[in-house]
Amino acid sequence: MAALAAPLTDLPEPTYAEVNRDIVATLAPPTRNWLLGMGLVVLGVAFGGFCWAYQLKDGLGVTGYTPPIFWGSYITTFVFWVGIAHSGTLISAILLLFRAAWRTAVYRAAEAMTVFAVMTAGLFPILHLGRAWFFYWVLPYPNFRGVWSNFRSPLVWDVFAISTYLTVSATFLFMGLVPDVAAVRDMAAGWRKKVYGIVSLGWKNSDREWQHFGRMYLFLAALATPLVLSVHSVVSWDFAMSIVPGWHATIFAPYFVAGAIFSGCGMVITILVPLRKALHLERYIQVKHFESLAKLCLVTSTIVAYAYGTEFFMAWYGGNSIERATFYNRAFGPYWWATWTMLTCNAFIPLLLWFKRIRTNLKALFIISIFINIGMWFERFVIIVTSLSHEYEPWQWAYYLPRWPELGIVLGSFCWFSMWFLLFIRFFPVVAIAEVKEALPPPMRGGHR
Amino acid sequence: MNARGVVGVFGYLDDAVRALTELKRRGYTQLTVYSPVPRHELDAVLAKKESPVRLFTLIGGLAGVSFGFFYAIATSLDWPLVVGGKPIVSLPPFVVIGFETTILLGALVTVAGMLLNARLPKLGRSPGYDKRFSNDKIGIVAFGGPSQLEGAREVLRDAGAEEVKDV
Repeated sequence: MAALAAPLTDLPEPTYAEVNRDIVATLAPPTRNWLLGMGLVVLGVAFGGFCWAYQLKDGLGVTGYTPPIFWGSYITTFVFWVGIAHSGTLISAILLLFRAAWRTAVYRAAEAMTVFAVMTAGLFPILHLGRAWFFYWVLPYPNFRGVWSNFRSPLVWDVFAISTYLTVSATFLFMGLVPDVAAVRDMAAGWRKKVYGIVSLGWKNSDREWQHFGRMYLFLAALATPLVLSVHSVVSWDFAMSIVPGWHATIFAPYFVAGAIFSGCGMVITILVPLRKALHLERYIQVKHFESLAKLCLVTSTIVAYAYGTEFFMAWYGGNSIERATFYNRAFGPYWWATWTMLTCNAFIPLLLWFKRIRTNLKALFIISIFINIGMWFERFVIIVTSLSHEYEPWQWAYYLPRWPELGIVLGSFCWFSMWFLLFIRFFPVVAIAEVKEALPPPMRGGHR
Repeated sequence: MNARGVVGVFGYLDDAVRALTELKRRGYTQLTVYSPVPRHELDAVLAKKESPVRLFTLIGGLAGVSFGFFYAIATSLDWPLVVGGKPIVSLPPFVVIGFETTILLGALVTVAGMLLNARLPKLGRSPGYDKRFSNDKIGIVAFGGPSQLEGAREVLRDAGAEEVKDV
């Protein structure tokens, strides 16, 4: 891993001890802003819970579902959160394999984001059920009914893909934290020292531990890399395996994976800009790291824009009148506003990232990242709702808009995600102590420090 | 109490590498190195065998792929129900299940392999460990009999250890 060594910062490089001091300082007692933020998100979660309770009591009729549109804001938000998760694994695993040194400063936050985003996504298929208490029927387990899950169904693939993704990404996050938690333990006192001691598994930085840890980390990255590509492919097949016009396309898997990484990088920027300021991490999370994230956004944005173009082109060139009508309807029908929001936010606004002045301006990046988040939510809405609203038979055409209980639950999901993230930064180092130090030149009597 | 070992605390990597090289040259085999980050310079001197964690990954992956296909095939045969006119045992869709379980078991067994080989979780004390070793210092612990420890103290001091003490 020493090959990762590369200049970390433009500012004077910190010493090993300064890295420990600065990053452990982020775990200081909560500030008023943290408590205020936590209070707000807990309120949001409570409101989401209230909306769900109302839906459970009165049934799915409280949503805006209109036959045949029974996949609406919940499935849209499910795909949105699964997508958000993807950049965390990209940054922590794929960029590790590519030896991209800049990842060290930002990967921990992105990885935590991954775990909490999958935790949030996992709620939505259950929220979407009419009888949520029977969600376990989709799991393959021996039961008195004598039937098993249908393994030919993409929905069962999804169960395997998402649960594997949650397990592996949580394991990856936790194992990566072990050496850093040990560093926190060694700087703590009292009950905190005991708790961090247990969480660190008694890690002592010995040569034996580092040797096996290094191998494990590399193999976990190697396993997580195809996993991340598979998960959003499987999610895309929830749609592409059906014959709904607008869904049945072979481009869906790569299109969804690129979109997922695009949205995830957008969310990493949205989170890191305020986080860096609030935790005084300017020395570690630098403008050049944001610029690298912005470049990733730009690349994936162009892939996504190309996929949009391909979809429209194939609808026209393929000669299938139903497909052609669906895409005409998508751009100029009753949902034109959603489609053009998607195109503006995902294909046009990110073009600003071609300019270095914008890529290195954090305010501009933050605003663009918000547009990316909005655009990517709308992308899923457009794919799901416009396709279902305009299927084969004209008498089936319908119009759906989410109602307040749905919007409350979607809002609650953002608060649920934020709640876990706020708790994480309160108790765990949000910048990887050991890996940041690894990227610094080591202290040498004969040279550089 | 007689000392079992001696620890040298180093502030510089090159000093630590020099001490470790000399200890190895003099035939010390029971050595433990504590360092805030893994350094290839130290690994090169220790010249350890390849970690067996990769075997765990392989075994986990193979177990995962076997389990995934077995589960999907066995449960389909247990309740044969034709869906969409497809065969009861439809291998292409089962690839997805087999793939996911490969990754799942591969990852979990890799972690188990690391924990087993690194002897974690560690409940007891580690002789010679100092909390500075997770911060900015490197520690080298040499174990052995009284005469060996005397020699080790000398090597550690000569190499520039900031502190040498018995453990």
